[in-house]
Amino acid sequence: MRLIIPLVITFTAGMIMILNYFVPHQPFRLLGDNLQEWFLIVASGAIFLGAANLMHVHFRKIRLKLKNWKYSPVTIIGFLVMFVLGLIYGVVEGKPFDFLFLNMVAPMGATMFSLLAFFVASAAFRAFRASNWRATLLLTSAFLVMLGQVPIGAMIWDKIPLAKVWLMSIPNTAGQRAVMIGAAMGVVATSLRIIFGIERSYLGGAD
Amino acid sequence: MAGFIEKLGNTDRRIIFILIALSVIIPISLNLIFPNPVGAEPSRDLFEYVDALPEGSNVLVSFDYDPSTMPELQPMAEAVVAHLFKKNANVVGMALWPQGASLGQDAMSHMADSLGKVQYEDWCNLGYKSGGGVMIVRLGSSMSAVFPTDKDNVPWSEIPMLRNITDLESFSLIISLSAGDPGIIAWVMMGGDRFGVPIGGGCTAVSAPTLYTYLQTGQMVGMLGGLKGAADYETLVGIKDGQAVRGMAPQSVAHLVIMLFIIIGNVAYFTEKKKGGAR
Repeated sequence: MRLIIPLVITFTAGMIMILNYFVPHQPFRLLGDNLQEWFLIVASGAIFLGAANLMHVHFRKIRLKLKNWKYSPVTIIGFLVMFVLGLIYGVVEGKPFDFLFLNMVAPMGATMFSLLAFFVASAAFRAFRASNWRATLLLTSAFLVMLGQVPIGAMIWDKIPLAKVWLMSIPNTAGQRAVMIGAAMGVVATSLRIIFGIERSYLGGAD
Repeated sequence: MAGFIEKLGNTDRRIIFILIALSVIIPISLNLIFPNPVGAEPSRDLFEYVDALPEGSNVLVSFDYDPSTMPELQPMAEAVVAHLFKKNANVVGMALWPQGASLGQDAMSHMADSLGKVQYEDWCNLGYKSGGGVMIVRLGSSMSAVFPTDKDNVPWSEIPMLRNITDLESFSLIISLSAGDPGIIAWVMMGGDRFGVPIGGGCTAVSAPTLYTYLQTGQMVGMLGGLKGAADYETLVGIKDGQAVRGMAPQSVAHLVIMLFIIIGNVAYFTEKKKGGAR
């Protein structure tokens, strides 16, 4: 039963959603709408699960004094401060939660992402080599896109932005589309395998 | 000479970090602003589409990003919202990312204050809902079922500007400002392909190449790619000294510095190769 019930639920839900897409009339529409609402409720519940898991992981790290445990109290305090302020004052504009979000969370998040520029520069310096004709082609394209992506490119030569748009619209699109079509076919195949009970790894190893 | 080039090839990464930092700090300190001509780019397509919308059109703006990508996407959000306000569109904000709701609120209230727009009459923020693509499909049958209240818990029925909005098809345009998944692709697949609502978008520079496919097929009406896209939109809307336009000078210099390092790295590589050292 532990195997049959999840497989039946998966098959039924999957078939309802497929029928709802191709036959958008009753009763499939109503069933589809209900299933979507259930999904939204479960997805919202997963947020609480995530928060509980975050606390569990960091309290455990402190208790066992695992590697870099000293950062865990910062995470826990940060989480609790935002959580309590949100509960007491709400998350509306101008309240303490909003103030901390805009003046602490936002700049810190932006700082972390901005550090990428330093590592990209260092990695490009060490690894971006014109070692063969394909690498040279990639390097030339990268230079054109980097110049076309900033105003200085047009200041050097006004055709550089056009070259960037051409590179992005034609060769890039051809490659991206091939990857996307391949991935989409993989998604369809995997979805059908799950719906028809062939792929069962999501059940946690049971077969 | 060969020894010097070899030394350059082994430049310590801390020197690279310092030069990159300086390439950003100096143009910002000098308040350097480069002219930003806007050519036949996807950013112009989005501007022209928004510009051609009739007055009073309902436009949904989805703030699908978080603070990490804020430097690129927040100027974009402000420029897009400013343009929509200038066109007297009814702007409905929402977010597929939890932190996007607050960032969207900041962008919309900032622009509303400067352009004299009134919350709940000209704009509102529905906030964040989990569920990504599935949630978008549900919006296609009922908006108020997904968002019974807005971000500040004001009931849907008490918001005057939402009276003529029932589902996604009530919108003339959906604009997703997206830093990843869920984001523009989910909106194209669900909002555009399934419900036939035109989709525009803005994204980080690194994710722009993926989205060019949707421009060519007409599944997107236009796109803002990275800080350059935001600067283009600021220029087209006529925002003077916007954040993104001011960011173009440091970005230009940083790009040149990165390119210079790539050239140095290659010169060192070929010098070493000539000596028989490099593979």
